[in-house]
This record gives sequence, C-alpha cells and structure tokens, in this order.
Amino acid sequence: MTAFDLNTDSVRELNQSLHAVNADSGLTPVAVTNAGGRHCVAVGIDAELEVSIEGHVGYYCAGMNKLAEINIAGNAGPGVAENIMSGSVRVKGNASQYAGASGHGGTLIIEGDASSRCGISMKGVDIVVAGNVGHMSAFMAQKGRLVVCGDAGDFLGDSLYEAAIYVRGAVGALGADCIEKDMTAEHLASLADLLESTGVDAKADEFRRYGSARKLYNFNIDHADDY
Amino acid sequence: MCGIVGIYLKNEGLHPELGRHLAAMLVEMSDRGPDSAGIAVYRDPVAATCCKLALHAVGDYDWVSLQTEMAAQLAADVQLGVVASHAVITVDEDVNAVQDWLRNKHPEVRIMSAGSSIEIYKEKGLPREFVQQFHLHELSGSHALGHTRMATESAVTTEHSHPFSTGMDLCLVHNGSLSNHNRLRRMLRDEGVDLQTDNDSEAAAGYLMWRMREGDSLQEALHRALDDLDGFYTFAIGTKDGFAVLRDPIACKPAVMAETDDWVAMASEFRAIAQLPGAADARVWEPAPATVYTWGH
Repeated sequence: MTAFDLNTDSVRELNQSLHAVNADSGLTPVAVTNAGGRHCVAVGIDAELEVSIEGHVGYYCAGMNKLAEINIAGNAGPGVAENIMSGSVRVKGNASQYAGASGHGGTLIIEGDASSRCGISMKGVDIVVAGNVGHMSAFMAQKGRLVVCGDAGDFLGDSLYEAAIYVRGAVGALGADCIEKDMTAEHLASLADLLESTGVDAKADEFRRYGSARKLYNFNIDHADDY
Repeated sequence: MCGIVGIYLKNEGLHPELGRHLAAMLVEMSDRGPDSAGIAVYRDPVAATCCKLALHAVGDYDWVSLQTEMAAQLAADVQLGVVASHAVITVDEDVNAVQDWLRNKHPEVRIMSAGSSIEIYKEKGLPREFVQQFHLHELSGSHALGHTRMATESAVTTEHSHPFSTGMDLCLVHNGSLSNHNRLRRMLRDEGVDLQTDNDSEAAAGYLMWRMREGDSLQEALHRALDDLDGFYTFAIGTKDGFAVLRDPIACKPAVMAETDDWVAMASEFRAIAQLPGAADARVWEPAPATVYTWGH
C-alpha cells in the first residue's frame, strides 16, 4: 500500500506518482487521505491500480481514468470521472454537476445523488446512480447507459443522440427528442447485469427505459422542402 | 468566476473565532477571485437609538475631522474606528439623517453598509493581502459573508467589489454574470434606487433593495428575482439574523453547503468549508437550483 496524505503531499506529487506506475513497476494499491476538497485528485491514471480516497474531493477527481479502480469515500465536486475511458470510479457520497461528462467507457457508480448534467455528452460510459440526478442529465448523450435508481430532474436526455437511460423513480420532464421506450427482454438482461456488477441494490424490472426518438439529428426525406 | 463564502456560527462560544475562520475560507477561494476581496461581518449590534455605518474613502482620509464635524452638526455622539481604507462609525442618530448628511456634506465618502450590526469591508488585491490589511483574524461576530472577485462585467475597483449593501443590515455577494443588468439598472434608477456603478451585481443588490422597499419579504424578493434577473448566479445574501442562498434555475455556478452542531457554512467549493473545525464530519449538500435557503436565529 502506497500512502499519500494531501495535507502534506501535493496533488501534483500524487498524480505524477500515479502516472509513473505501469505493470512492470508493480501495481501496489494507493491510499489517499485528507482530500480536503482539492481539485484533480487521481486524474489521468493509465494502469490497473486500486486507489482509495478518504474525504471529499473537489473538481475533476478521477478524470480521464483508464483501467484504474478508484473509490472515493466522500462527496465529489463538479466533473468527477470526466472523460473516463475505462476502469471504474465509485463515489460513496453525492456527486456535483456533470459527473461522468463525455465518458467514453468504464463505469461510474454514485451511491448518493448526482446533481445537474450527470452524464452530459456521454460517449460509452455506464453511469449508475443509486439516488437522484438533477436537471439536464444525459444532455446530448451519444452512447452508454445512465441508470438512475431514484428520480431524474427536468429535461432528461435533452437532444439525445443515442445512449440508453433507465429511471426507477419519477422523471421531471423529458428533454427534446427523448422518449420513453419499451423495456425489452434484451434491455432487462443488460440492465440486470449492470446492476449486479456494480453492486447496486435494485431490480431491473422496476425501471423504465428512455432513449432518442431519432428525429432531431436525422434527415427526413419527407421534409426535404423544409431544409 | 468568483468565490463566495458564508458562515453562520450556531455556537456562541465560537463567535470570537469568526474572523479567523472567515479569513481561512476567503484565502482558500483566491484562485476563484484574485482581483479583489470583501466581507460583510455581523458583530457588536448597536443600541436601538444608534446606527452603525461602514465608510470608505480614497487616500489618507482625515476620519477624525469627519467625526468631529458630524458630531457638531448632527448634535450626536459619534464613535469612530478606522481600519485600512475604511472607517466604522456608530452614531446616536437616525440612520437616514446620518446618510443624508454624509451624501450632502461629504460625497467623497462612500457608504459601504448601514444598519445595526453589519460592517462591510472590501478592497482591490489578493484575498491574502485583504485579510492582513483588515485584521480579519481579530474580528468576532455571529455570522459573515465573503467574496473573492474575478472581474468579468466591469472594472476592478473598490466600488465594484462585493459585498454590495442592499438595505439596512442587508448585503449581497454574487458569483456569475447577469445579462439584463443595463435594463434593470435603468428601471431601478427610474424607481429612485441609488446605484453607484455599472456593476451587474450591484444592480441585483439594488433590485432586492427595491423589492423590499415595495413591501416584499426577503423570501418574496428572491422568488421574484428568479423571474426578473436574467443570467447566471449563485447569490448569498447576508441578513441581520443569518444568511440566504439562491442559485439560478440552470445552476452552472457552483455552491456547496455544510452544517454541524456548531455552524452552517456555504461556499463556491468544498475546499473553503474544509478549513472549518469539524468539516470532515459535517453534513454536506449542494443547494438545488431556483430554491431559496435561509438560516438565522
């Protein structure tokens, strides 16, 4: 176990150490304490590392994560796991706005609530939120799955390209071009797998599925005269 | 970008430490606002027959002469305390009479705040320098707001800095930018609200002052602001008894709040709150958009 105390070690020292790690140098788990709301904690990792963070983190924690498994025992500020590529990031508390923004892959689990713009422009990441999400979540989402075990705020999935959205509770209002869709056996199985693998206690058949109506960005030959 | 901090001490035993905690929070928000810093602190309420004003003047101002002249002409007892570019006067006289006298006789003196317990101090420069100039560590009090400014809409001067007074014992700090502040300012000036700068946040402060003058409660004024103010904002509003927080419906501008048995705090970022004793175990949450939060005793 490698330990970093952010009251004495700088975030730059921590991140440089995390970037220097690879399979040849060994993959000793890393424990970070006294996060104290600092920004950019454990960003840009590209190794199968286990990183545990004690305390609340500021902006952009675990951004651009590749391969690593990052656990945050606290709340996360704006942009947690922004542009995550692979691996997993778990937030024990709540996450602030644009959690998992533009994430390409991997998994983001938020055990509390996420605020506005969760999964904005997501490009393949799976985001599972045990609580609620705020307004404009999955705005312009392109690929991946957003699972909300609680309620979703207004304008869910606004201007959606693709991506699947599952909500167990109430939805404030659907955004432009976002519609409710049938929950097929295929979607039920996919959601059940995701819930099980992330350890979130919810049953797939309690969710409703939302997705793109595919009208906003698609050329419609019947309307050729309008263009 | 700007930084906002607010702290309300539930535990009276902590009152002597208010300034120290406020200073730590303010300095932590330096990255968000290196252009100027300011605070509104609520302390030492004056007797019901008296009023307290915080004043600012440029250069090496002769505050003692002002004190003597005011005492003679208003036939009132005037107490004076000077700190850096500011002075706090306590006058045994009606607050409107004192403000009218100052505006007529000494237009070079700017009234930063007026009321019974509020004191506003603000100045250009880094928060760290501000904290030293104004001896923040020595300030006691029940609650306070602070602001670190990164100017976007108007000039970097003391007058353009926050907090802005919004009436007796009231003030506003703002993170964000308003897009309809010119129209708002014209309307407010037509309504007789005295706005001294072209700053968008001052227009918001003037708006609240106007609404409450028209009979709205602070809560009502803030709810109405959601319709009438166009732009991005996280506001913290200091009141005689506590403070209020409001974010616009889009809520791009950050805000986080925390509470323990000893205090309630709000800030643009958690790292400011992390400076407070017991912050690691505080209940922490993000204020919802378009929702008015208030604390007070």
